[in-house]
Amino acid sequence: MYALSVKDISVTYDKQLALEDVSFAVPEGSITGIIGPNGAGKSTLIKSILQLLPTLSGNVEVFHKPIKSQKKIIGYVPQRSEVDWDFPTNALDVVLMGRYNHIGLFKRANKKEVTWAKTCLEKVGMQDYATRQISQLSGGQQQRVFLARAMAQDAKVYFMDEPFAGVDASTEKAIIQLMKEWKAEGKTVLVVHHDLQTVNDYFDHVLLLNKSPIAYGETQTVFTLDNLEQAYGGKIAFLQKAPATVKEST
Amino acid sequence: MDAFSSFFSSANLQWVLAGSLLLGFASGVIGSFVLLKRQSLISDAMAHAALPGVCIIYILFQVKSVPFLLAGAAVTSLIATQSIQTIVNKSRIKTDAAIGIIISVFFGLGIVLLTYIQQNSSGNQAGLDSFIFGQAASLVRSDVQLIAIGALVLIILTALFFKEFKISIFDPQFAKGIGLPVTFFNGVLLFLVVAVVVIGIQMVGVVLIAALLITPPISARYWTDRLGWMTILAGIFGAIAGVSGAVLSTAFNNLPTGPVIVLSASLIFFISLFLGSKKGLIIKGVKHA
Repeated sequence: MYALSVKDISVTYDKQLALEDVSFAVPEGSITGIIGPNGAGKSTLIKSILQLLPTLSGNVEVFHKPIKSQKKIIGYVPQRSEVDWDFPTNALDVVLMGRYNHIGLFKRANKKEVTWAKTCLEKVGMQDYATRQISQLSGGQQQRVFLARAMAQDAKVYFMDEPFAGVDASTEKAIIQLMKEWKAEGKTVLVVHHDLQTVNDYFDHVLLLNKSPIAYGETQTVFTLDNLEQAYGGKIAFLQKAPATVKEST
Repeated sequence: MDAFSSFFSSANLQWVLAGSLLLGFASGVIGSFVLLKRQSLISDAMAHAALPGVCIIYILFQVKSVPFLLAGAAVTSLIATQSIQTIVNKSRIKTDAAIGIIISVFFGLGIVLLTYIQQNSSGNQAGLDSFIFGQAASLVRSDVQLIAIGALVLIILTALFFKEFKISIFDPQFAKGIGLPVTFFNGVLLFLVVAVVVIGIQMVGVVLIAALLITPPISARYWTDRLGWMTILAGIFGAIAGVSGAVLSTAFNNLPTGPVIVLSASLIFFISLFLGSKKGLIIKGVKHA
């Protein structure tokens, strides 16, 4: 059973092709890393899958139904830099936002929802910060709040956009642990990622992307020097170093 | 204090008070969301663009039926907003410049039309110039009722959409990602802004009504880190400014209402800037010391 199948997505940005004919299908209960050089369209791909950007063509199905009808089982962790952290709200409020499409229009969050949101904060080790204004949290703590919000959604398919960017080591560990828990619960996770060193440890599937897909499949078969060279083009110096360490760790 | 006593004996008093209070409250509440969405200047363009709408309706139909005039105001306000969006989307002109262009074009057109009306209409043509700076004293009972009831409806609508506005302003990508109709919520907010501008221009005037949308929320932000409290406080600040402006301008003849409202809102702002319990300069100084 495929949790997500993407067919022929193309996106133009300022009249230039940002993504060309991207197709892949993700099996249920896997953790997929979306890897590629800067400007390869990794975030654009996630956003166009989630219909946050207009696409030129293509269609997306979640559990074999159009994604539009499946939004309640989709969790999303956007890039931390995309929101205004000076917004007058606290950590618990942000987590509660994960429940908004369950709470329904015009209604306020009831006790059950609040308790659930608090449990999610606790799971990411943030229970003591529930009433803290969000601008007074560190980068790692802000990312944890976003994770708790995603958890609060209780989704089946999760999309994470560079969750490791600018976080401390313990938060990175917490994110990994959470991803593995999700996987164990049969959930499917897609992660935009750029640190090649950790790819083998974090993901069981990899999508190598540079405007169009270079390779997709299980990490062992796809994450090879040949494929990386194809995806990253001329940046050889950086390239040769990264897969070398990958080989050591396998 | 003759002026005061004659004011308080006025039959319209209760309605003027209710109207200015509710209008101020509605502006503060709606303005909070506008401020957080970083669209304060667009609301100023909407307000200025209301003037030609009022004049065009008057020239076309030669009536001074307030609801008609305000409908015209709403139409030109929306055209102005749409024009700003179009300019930003279709050219290299940035938002601030686009707003500047639209404010001056629409307001200029409004002034030209107003002058034309004053020179060509017979007799006292309805005092349309009070739409520029606002004149609470010239309002008749039905005008004030329209303001009061309209503002009350807008406050209720904003309260209903509180949660939806919050998420679609704080994190629109996430909101869209989980399937909320963010574009629709943005449209509702836009409608609320146009509505509050339109019902408020008779009292506050097109030039300064944006200040009633901007200043109370900024002041409120100095006192709280919670959106709920911010909107309520902004409402209260707006109400205080509205009532004091209406009372003072009515009591002292010929004092235009808009400027008095803005001055009292500004006073609240300066107090908040220094004394505000969350972001005030004094508390910040103490924390850094």
